[in-house]
Amino acid sequence: MTATKTVLQADVLVPGSAVRAEALVLTAPISFWGGVNPQTGLIADVRHPQHGVSISGRILCLPGTIGSSSAAAVLLELVYAGLAPAAIILNEPDAILLLGLIVAREMGHAVPPGLCLDKEEFPRFASRVLSINADGGILIEAL
Amino acid sequence: MALTLTEEERAIASGGTGEGAAMAMRIVAETARLMGAPRLLPIASAHIDGALYHGDSGTLFAERLVEGGARVTVRSTLNVGSIDLTGCSKNRLGDHERAMARRMMDAYRRLGCEPSWTCAPYQAGHRPALGSDVAWGESNAVVFCNSVLGGRTNRYGDFLDIACAIAGKAPYYGLHRAENRRARIVFDISAIDPAFLASEVAWPILGNLYGRLLGDAVGVVAGAAVHPDEDALKAFGAASASSGAVGLFHVAGVTPEAPDLATALHHQEPEEIIRVTPEMLAETRRRLSTVADVSAIDAVAIGSPHLSIAEFDRLEALIAGRRLRVPLYACTGRHALNLLDEAGRRRRLEDCGVIIVADTCVVVTPILPEKDGAVLMTNSGKFAHYAPGNTGYGVLYGSLAECVESAVAGRPVFVKEAA
Repeated sequence: MTATKTVLQADVLVPGSAVRAEALVLTAPISFWGGVNPQTGLIADVRHPQHGVSISGRILCLPGTIGSSSAAAVLLELVYAGLAPAAIILNEPDAILLLGLIVAREMGHAVPPGLCLDKEEFPRFASRVLSINADGGILIEAL
Repeated sequence: MALTLTEEERAIASGGTGEGAAMAMRIVAETARLMGAPRLLPIASAHIDGALYHGDSGTLFAERLVEGGARVTVRSTLNVGSIDLTGCSKNRLGDHERAMARRMMDAYRRLGCEPSWTCAPYQAGHRPALGSDVAWGESNAVVFCNSVLGGRTNRYGDFLDIACAIAGKAPYYGLHRAENRRARIVFDISAIDPAFLASEVAWPILGNLYGRLLGDAVGVVAGAAVHPDEDALKAFGAASASSGAVGLFHVAGVTPEAPDLATALHHQEPEEIIRVTPEMLAETRRRLSTVADVSAIDAVAIGSPHLSIAEFDRLEALIAGRRLRVPLYACTGRHALNLLDEAGRRRRLEDCGVIIVADTCVVVTPILPEKDGAVLMTNSGKFAHYAPGNTGYGVLYGSLAECVESAVAGRPVFVKEAA
């Protein structure tokens, strides 16, 4: 029969346990500092297309990151407050943002995985439930 | 290429010299691995931007390093914190935030960092040698270090700056590599009136335009009929690093890696030449203000980056003992504050209505009074960029002379437009 599942392979930048959650695909790059509220997990940048949406518990697909070098501090604060995304998928490695996960792991927190995948793949994730295994395999669950 | 650590680095990362040092080395090594660096390189100094409070987790991180016995192994100056520890100015932080911000500042001192608390460490006696590798944070300090001093640093963010300072090492990639310091874009200002270039507002406005057009690319400013002095280069860099992600610029005939245009380009063809016109500068100047046609201002803020003593000399001369109708917040570091205090100059400025802000500044911590529809005037391209989002104040941009005259009058006073 026709396949109802799709499997993609992402590179693992920061390893984490397997996760299953709904994807949130951002349609514009974001600056975490000033762009995401660390106390609420909501996108705070009024000029961002997904302004007001919560990134907490979602598989956050980022087409790009911009701006301040304090992005890692905001991401660490989100992990600390239990408001972090379930996983982060980046178009390219971003040391400043991912440092938030590296430091969170050093501080003994359970850390969402950080993955790298071509952003051309992101649109098909929109509002779908994804399962990501520890090796970076991404399964798009059937509707 | 995979990352290779030395035997010593591996021993430190696995706890041979204590858990704090191990954590720092692991953070540096993990970043190196992520960025594809082949190895770590030794650094001569660090400037630490991580002591600004964003939430409790940052304080707990610094305290974990202290508990693990970590100490910086190279000279490390501190960027601004969230509290003015000198007591010159007050902020509106809540009790919990203030206590955690203070604990954070204390923790960084206990790690062995110098309590310089300034975003202009390069004017507080910390000037890396040409060609030396360092790990600096704070965007304006990074761009000044790379461009004006010729020290080599990437844009180090929170956590990585202190981790490098403890490890004494940084990942070998980006602007640490000579080939990545080549200018690829020429920013030609030969069509700009020399009289405008000699004015104080020229370089912050040029910097804002440069940052917006170049993003994170390395470029060279060419055709400057008037050469910028150090405070002008400081203003240019700060403006460019807030409107863009500029880490390194060259000015042909001025900055150390650009004795001439060809050298800045590493004797290769530029990928692009941007010919700056007076119209582009006039448009940039308009964009720096977010309000127009206002009949009053609520405050003036200057000192981003922190004021040098030479800038205080000009401020005093312009105020000339007059009483200001609205407060003028003058942000600076202890390097300048101590000199002001020795000569009794701080008190005289305060008597005129100047509020000195030391150790911090008005866009990173709540110092300005809360007021709907308030207007802030500034001569800083960086304050103009960040004030609307961070303080809620609308911004009017003007020269230092215009800022002072407006503070005296309590309403915007502009002299004849130069651009």
